[in-house]
Amino acid sequence: MTVVNLGDTRIHVDSEGFLTEYGEWTDELAGQLAAQIEIELTDEHWKAIRFLRADYPSHGETATLRRVSTLAGIPIKQLFVLFPGKPAKKMAYVAGLPKPRGCV
Amino acid sequence: MVMRRLVILGAGTAGTTVANKLRRRLAPDEWRITVIDRDRDHLYQPGLLFVPFERDDSMDVLRPRRDLLRNGIQLLIGEISAVDPDRKAIRLSDGGVVCYDYLVIATGTSPRPDQTPGMLGPEWHRSIHDFYTCEGAFAVREALRDFTGGRLVVHVVDQPIKCPVAPLEFAFLAEAFYRRRGMQDQVEIVYVTPLDGAFTKPIASRYLGRLLDERKIAVETDFLVERIDSGRKTLVSYDDREIGYDLLVTVPLNMGADFIGASGLGDELNYVPVDKHTLQSTANPDVFAVGDANDLPTSKAGSVAHFSSEIFVENFCQYVEGRAMTHSFDGHANCFVETGDGKGLLIDFNYDTEPLPGQFPLGFGPLSLLRETRANHWGKVAFRWIYWHLLLPGRRLPVPTRMSMTGKHRPDEEVRP
Repeated sequence: MTVVNLGDTRIHVDSEGFLTEYGEWTDELAGQLAAQIEIELTDEHWKAIRFLRADYPSHGETATLRRVSTLAGIPIKQLFVLFPGKPAKKMAYVAGLPKPRGCV
Repeated sequence: MVMRRLVILGAGTAGTTVANKLRRRLAPDEWRITVIDRDRDHLYQPGLLFVPFERDDSMDVLRPRRDLLRNGIQLLIGEISAVDPDRKAIRLSDGGVVCYDYLVIATGTSPRPDQTPGMLGPEWHRSIHDFYTCEGAFAVREALRDFTGGRLVVHVVDQPIKCPVAPLEFAFLAEAFYRRRGMQDQVEIVYVTPLDGAFTKPIASRYLGRLLDERKIAVETDFLVERIDSGRKTLVSYDDREIGYDLLVTVPLNMGADFIGASGLGDELNYVPVDKHTLQSTANPDVFAVGDANDLPTSKAGSVAHFSSEIFVENFCQYVEGRAMTHSFDGHANCFVETGDGKGLLIDFNYDTEPLPGQFPLGFGPLSLLRETRANHWGKVAFRWIYWHLLLPGRRLPVPTRMSMTGKHRPDEEVRP
């Protein structure tokens, strides 16, 4: 785990750049993180991100695409449009949460 | 004296373990313990992985549930239609009602092929298979034998699934199976996952990534299947990617029991949200969920059912006496991973610590973490006896309940620029 500067904010990240401290994320940071992966955030992006942030503390894990889709009401196909290619990974990155992963 | 009633739903790994442990701890003249399950036979699920690759039929995978439960535990066989947490009652589909003071939900998770369009139908158990059921595992065995060549796709619909390493194990065992038959050039194996890698934890990925390359098992990542076009034998993803197959071995979407969703005690996949340290339902304090039926942020695995049951039992005994619950589950999981050719890996981890290399359970082993050894394979084989004779009866095993760093070490971490 390392500490890096994104803009003028210092954040703790893992080896892939995912935030490791839930409390260090801000809305502004989200914009900067999205820009790093060439995504411009719209209201629809924010709907998914807000759900992920709110869900994480009680669920204990970053929500899967299916969970985001069912509980936030965004069709899975649309999540692939908003965050192309690797939506689960990209959403987690922008939302400052651990990337969804298996046990090994 | 009015008996207090503990009702346990499900007589699988967690349900049986908890029933047996609590029967020993709770006074028989004060406590009635009832276990409800829908069928009479207990399945040793880890045994199903070997069924497709074994020659003989004598697989010790089924034993009567009644034989595995201590005296003084009532076993009811029946289908549960509803849980009414306000009335503290379980409704059975035959009309029976069972009332409880405390409820333990241990109904596990089940593969749901009906949830992916195109999975069920004329090709189910013909060119589309699953191996998480007895019927499925035996059907796959025939299909593997009859396969003359082409692309074998091993696939996972979504996470979480129980025994998350099993599809990888299947791919390894299939590669060894066809290599031993001299068919390695006729059979192409592709592993398809919704995750961003076959191995997603950094250290395990570094240690084990080569295992797939060496065996020429291709990996397709970030693939979330929307439907199966069984006529064209093609998996179609939500973002319109297509993967063709000649033989598909899939792990369907896993969901908890439907009655849990209907009861208001479950989440979108019918798992019971619980406190991850005490296993108490977040919706109802007299309800607990153990085993695969809850939403713990760790693997759905027999070892988790075992370790969490030990913590749960201690907490439950405190709770019913009106005391605070002081025992805390750390998410400890310990899983064997078959890698073929009589070898296996072992991984040991918890909520906070990913699988690390080293020795287990002690500094000198005898089992190796994140390394292929024959000892690990034999450990998995020997585990079947331990399961029936020690684990289910609720006896202590010589491994720590909470994950220990004994024998483990952290490799130097690479810092990426």
